[in-house]
Amino acid sequence: MRGVSLSAKCAGLACAVALLLSGCATGPNANPKDPLEPMNRKIAGFNDSVDENVTQPLARGYRDYTPKFVQRGVHNFFNNLSDVRSTLNSGLQLKGKDSAESFMRVVVNTVFGIYGFFDVATEIKLQRHNEDFGQTLGYWGVGSGPYLVLPLFGPSTVRDASGFVVDTTTDAVHTIGDVATRNQTTAVRLVDKRAGLLDAGNLLEQASIDKYSFTRDAFLQYRRSLIYDGNPPEEDGPDYSAEPTTAK
Amino acid sequence: MTRFSSTRRHWARAVSVLAIGLTINWVMGSAVWAADDTADAFIKRLSADLLDTVKADKSILSGDINKISVLVDQRVMPHLNFQRMTASAVGPGWRQATPEQQKRLQEEFKALLVRTYSGAVTQVSDQTIVVKPLRAAPEDKEVIVRTEVRGKGDPIQLDYRVEKAPDAPSGWRIYNLNVMGVWLVDNYRTQFAQEINAKGVDALIASLAERNKANSVRKADAK
Repeated sequence: MRGVSLSAKCAGLACAVALLLSGCATGPNANPKDPLEPMNRKIAGFNDSVDENVTQPLARGYRDYTPKFVQRGVHNFFNNLSDVRSTLNSGLQLKGKDSAESFMRVVVNTVFGIYGFFDVATEIKLQRHNEDFGQTLGYWGVGSGPYLVLPLFGPSTVRDASGFVVDTTTDAVHTIGDVATRNQTTAVRLVDKRAGLLDAGNLLEQASIDKYSFTRDAFLQYRRSLIYDGNPPEEDGPDYSAEPTTAK
Repeated sequence: MTRFSSTRRHWARAVSVLAIGLTINWVMGSAVWAADDTADAFIKRLSADLLDTVKADKSILSGDINKISVLVDQRVMPHLNFQRMTASAVGPGWRQATPEQQKRLQEEFKALLVRTYSGAVTQVSDQTIVVKPLRAAPEDKEVIVRTEVRGKGDPIQLDYRVEKAPDAPSGWRIYNLNVMGVWLVDNYRTQFAQEINAKGVDALIASLAERNKANSVRKADAK
């Protein structure tokens, strides 16, 4: 009896290791920032088909049939929740001015903007800051870890995905008791975000030869830039263009 | 008396030389770019110029690819070091490429960028561009100019890497572009490297050409 269960356990472990290894990138084209490339590519493909068949049509319907002022209100409402997150994380990064500004935004928009539906704060020139827990971790020196494509949520990294979990648990929507309402609110939030990106259209696909790697590299640059608030230190690399070339 | 009138003549000559100089500068300045602009003044003028042209032209705003191509060729390309951009994106393979291959790479890369990002032009409505103060020494030959596009919604970061180029219309040329923290040339480096490492420079040219053809068909369908 013990022998059978042991070999079953070994088989199970072997399967798990094989599964994990099959998601690992090897070979000359392996990108050091993306050791899980094969697995990520599969998940990205899945996300694309969900997007094409479910999210995009929903977002288009939302954009085309919902009154514009309702769309704006919904967008402002969720932005207000993001401002709460930014306030907390600016504070954690000891960015006093940014934290205070985000806090003022939340106060002004919640009180005078009726729970955030009206963006009064932008009218009075209070600037938005984009901070989340993934950035806080990055700010304090936590490396990004491997690139990770999350099912449904898209590009991320191991660090940012952990940060995302923290953000979600501290988000106001999380405090809604009724599960159905909470899920519906999250769905509306996703549709609002997707509708905002509809104008970007097929840019990623048209601009690239390989959409996956183009998206990955753009995302990693974008996150790094966010952590340094738009001013990342330069990454040194050889510049093959600086020397005179033959075609002149 | 004599001394007074000679001084006056001296002044008159000085004033007339100054007037002629100013007139020449004014005429030159309005017709030709001043070749001693600072990097941020150059970007400020170029962005304002282009934005005004786009806002005033309905066919460009609707995405007319031919008009946009003409605009790019006449008003943007002279201020870009496009060879440097392509070489930088291609990487080590550039030096091994023949002049003919290098020329084709530039052509296809340019077509890709123009076709892809011409869609962005249709989003222009009431945006303004704010150029941030330059953080560089006057003698620097390569400089980053930071700007922000402001309109509805959050401001979008738009940065340029410019190099000093005495033969350029305004003394500077752009060799890289950053939108929301993503440097364009750097992002294409992986794309191009993947193709070259797998199948060589000709395969890269073919892939780019194929992408361009697919994009033009899609745009034609969309119309």
